[in-house]
Amino acid sequence: MLLGRWAAADLADRASWASVQSTLRGLRGKDSAGVWDLRQIQRLDHTGAQFLWNTWGRQWPAEVHTLPAQRSTLERVARFSVALPPPDRQTAWGVLLALGVWVYRIEGHIADALRLLGQLLIDNLRLWRAPEKAPWRDISGHLYRIGATALPITALVGFLIGVVLAYLMSQQLRQFGADAFIVNILGMALIRELGPMLAAILIAGRSGSAITAQIGVMRVTEELDAMKVMGIARGFRLVMPRAIAMSVAMPLLAVWTTVAALLGGMLASDLVMGLTPAYFVAALAKAVQVSNLWLAVGKSAVFGLLIALIACHYGLRIKPNTQSLGEGTTASVVTSITMVILVDALFAVVFKDVGI
Amino acid sequence: MNVVEIRKLWSVFRTAGVDSVVHQDLDLTIAQGELLSIVGGSGSGKTVLLRQILGLETPARGSVTVLGHPAEELTHAGAASRVGMLFQQGALYSAFTVLENIAFPLRELRNLPEDLVRDAVMVKLQMVGLDPAHAHKMPADLSGGMVKRVALARALIMDPPLLLLDEPTAGLDPDRADAFCTLLRSLHRELGLTVVMVTHDLDTIYELSTRVAVVADKHVLVDAPIQDVIAFDHPFVREFFLGGRGLRAMELLRQPPGAV
Repeated sequence: MLLGRWAAADLADRASWASVQSTLRGLRGKDSAGVWDLRQIQRLDHTGAQFLWNTWGRQWPAEVHTLPAQRSTLERVARFSVALPPPDRQTAWGVLLALGVWVYRIEGHIADALRLLGQLLIDNLRLWRAPEKAPWRDISGHLYRIGATALPITALVGFLIGVVLAYLMSQQLRQFGADAFIVNILGMALIRELGPMLAAILIAGRSGSAITAQIGVMRVTEELDAMKVMGIARGFRLVMPRAIAMSVAMPLLAVWTTVAALLGGMLASDLVMGLTPAYFVAALAKAVQVSNLWLAVGKSAVFGLLIALIACHYGLRIKPNTQSLGEGTTASVVTSITMVILVDALFAVVFKDVGI
Repeated sequence: MNVVEIRKLWSVFRTAGVDSVVHQDLDLTIAQGELLSIVGGSGSGKTVLLRQILGLETPARGSVTVLGHPAEELTHAGAASRVGMLFQQGALYSAFTVLENIAFPLRELRNLPEDLVRDAVMVKLQMVGLDPAHAHKMPADLSGGMVKRVALARALIMDPPLLLLDEPTAGLDPDRADAFCTLLRSLHRELGLTVVMVTHDLDTIYELSTRVAVVADKHVLVDAPIQDVIAFDHPFVREFFLGGRGLRAMELLRQPPGAV
């Protein structure tokens, strides 16, 4: 005879589960063909019925007394109890197919990226021919969102990096009595490398992810399809404005970040080493050739274009479900930061004779 | 015994500093075993009422009592054994397979053995008319009708006495909608569920509900079996039930069951 509540939440209680288990195990030893009386059970849900059914070895015991509702629950369980079909097994053939899928995916990425780049070139030509039809409002909106709203954070990060770098360098340089060279080191490192890189990495995280998520959500809500149906070219209206805004905003932000970092470095060298700002500025002009600045601006524009294209690429590849949205955004940020660093290394190799 | 008791409910939303009152002194009682349809125009607060019953909104004034407890206690741990909700879009967890979605409330209890959980899921999966072969699929791979069925199986996995449905047949083709209605009616009968649904679909209302509550003018206008609701004289009731679509759907009522 069974008593009490046989529902999922009650069974899951650790103490009652243990006692039920031990009692039933004791019963099984004695006489499996005993009489079962369920009529005193307060509540029997499907999980409880399933548990009884499994305990009975998935067949009706010789004698069971039940209420009608309990009987129908048990009958449903008995009718629908089937083994879970096994998940698809991994075979050598399956592994080969998975490899093929992987290769196709890489191929798809490359083809999509080429198509995006080509489309961007075509769209730029179209812009060149008929500038009055271009989406200027979109471009200025993106310029504001990517560029202007990023000014505080890039300035803060740049300034702090400048302070930290100047402070650490001053400790090392003092050992050699080469205090004045801090201007050369800071000027070269910040203007040529760190300023553009910092700005690019910050913007890749900030605006690259936003672009991917934006376009991805448009896919999820079928806005992309709606645009296509209206005959509006998404390359011209979605990708090109972002690419243009990014490649315009990026060099400006790089210069802005560099200036903030130099200010931080100037402040730290004044405080730690007593180099006056006037001397710092004068020495900076002598230590760093102007070509370094052009190099920095040039590669920032390339970084900006890369970030925008990668973000759009991943955004357009997102499938209409939420998981794909998250994966796409992560992949976009990781890829664009990696690409920025790779391209920066490439620039360093190609322009090794410029401005040094 | 009353499963849901709503007394003098006020629902108020504050947007941009302006209070908008959705419900004002709303009373509604739902008894055990009923299949109640809540109907009303767009923006009349049907879904808000459903969310109040679920404890997802807080009453500004008045009280909502579900199964003898205030509705805000409903969302505490173990809620799945008290109430099941079928969301309009299914709200399946997209990172989980069908099996994991349905098993989720059971597994959260932490103490049930895996084979028992799996068996319970397979039973529920078949009770809602799905093939066991779908157990390993992801929600993104399912059709709209299948998503609803999986969501229903998930809502029922703990055998809650109260089932809430938000537009159960929206987005289904007529064939699937009919099949889903039949499924709901059989589950209602077999499991002795109390069902509350919000719907616009007149066929569903005529086919399923034992009682209809019309929400308009910030309160429950009329709350009675469908024949009495149609006889009620109010502009909304006239337009909703006796408009062109309403009259066509009402033909269903006149025809004897089983007639072609």
